[in-house]
Amino acid sequence: MRVNVTVNGTPMIADDVWPGESLLYVLRERLGLPGSKNACEQGECGSCTVYLDDVPVCACLVAAGQAEGREVLTVEGLASAEGGLDPVQAAFVECGAVQCGFCTPGLIVQAHSLLAQHDGVPADVEIREHLAGNLCRCTGYEKILDAVRLAASRKAGS
Amino acid sequence: MDFLRATTWTEALRMKADRPDATPLQGGTDVMVEINLDKGRPKALLDLTPVTELTEWSIHDDTVRIGAGVTYTRIIAELADRLPGLAQASRTVGSPQIRNRGTVAGNLGAASPAGDSHPPLLATGATVEAESVDGTRMIPIGDFYTGVKRNALAANELIRAIHVPVKTGPQYFSKIGTRNAMVIAVCSFGLALNVAERTVGTGIGSAAPTPRRAFEAETFLAENLDWSFENELDPVVTKRFGELVAAAAAPIDDVRGSRDYRVHALAVMARRTLGWAWQERVNGGNS
Repeated sequence: MRVNVTVNGTPMIADDVWPGESLLYVLRERLGLPGSKNACEQGECGSCTVYLDDVPVCACLVAAGQAEGREVLTVEGLASAEGGLDPVQAAFVECGAVQCGFCTPGLIVQAHSLLAQHDGVPADVEIREHLAGNLCRCTGYEKILDAVRLAASRKAGS
Repeated sequence: MDFLRATTWTEALRMKADRPDATPLQGGTDVMVEINLDKGRPKALLDLTPVTELTEWSIHDDTVRIGAGVTYTRIIAELADRLPGLAQASRTVGSPQIRNRGTVAGNLGAASPAGDSHPPLLATGATVEAESVDGTRMIPIGDFYTGVKRNALAANELIRAIHVPVKTGPQYFSKIGTRNAMVIAVCSFGLALNVAERTVGTGIGSAAPTPRRAFEAETFLAENLDWSFENELDPVVTKRFGELVAAAAAPIDDVRGSRDYRVHALAVMARRTLGWAWQERVNGGNS
């Protein structure tokens, strides 16, 4: 089947989509956007987190056909068109919140959604709760928390 | 596999009548896992997410009618004051991403004994509104669960909504798991007190082939609780309530926990939730 979906602001068409296929597979294998990572395929790890009509979701649990006519924003769409990093991405780089990097795209999209709904700097418990569905097996999370706090404080100060 | 996309409720009912083998799809947090991990392959998927009327909730006669497309995130944000037990259970579902997609109706459709919605729905005496081209059926929640991952829906029926009574007293939910997020319950328990009528509702999760109530525990507590809430909570009553809740369970040993652990934990959760409910009243709640 054919799926029409707007990804990162650009209308796209995926053809020959199998009806049981996930949005994640369509993004990675059909639309050339491998930023969202494929790990657990059961919503446990958060590595495939994308925005679906402004709501962060696990792309592995969205059937491709459910994205028909809707808007998806992936980690590739967060940076500006000129290539400037999103403040959350910049904070991850500066804080060294990345080791192997596999969980990073999902964590960045999910952290981005926390800051989008928060004016000030979220309390640590809020950050932990918001990121509870994103697993990282390298960092121990401390640097990730540092990065989210840094991005939030810059946003609050600007 | 076919992908059916319903854009209105009428169309959804017609599609389900034509294709009773189609699996209804909302948030995908159960159905897509089965497909991704090749544990099951439906003949067809019936996508209900475009049906906007399912995403609404309303209140009639002190009962909240929750559309089948209302997510856990919205129950937490919009209904916690009226349905505290269900909202507490919703907060323990998966992660923010899962709660943004998952629905109570999906929990009912999957009918896993471990589903987090079931204990508060049982404790509050909820009703499932099922519909087909033949008409509407109101199914009391106690009749809905018919076996492990089985429910009372006919092959041509879809869940339209869940009707949950607005709180009539303290409601609490407790769940055992290995961490605070992304946990399928080892076992869980829901308690709802109806202060005006002096009745007790309970719901046990993940400790029997289906979610179930603890009837004897409910009767015992209704008769022996000090409904004036003026004295101390009687430890003898609390202990006996816990024992009767545990006695109502029929758990198994499995990968998440042993039978003995579940029985023990249920008694603990029953005592704790009763303590929280009592404290809410003592702290001046006239809810």
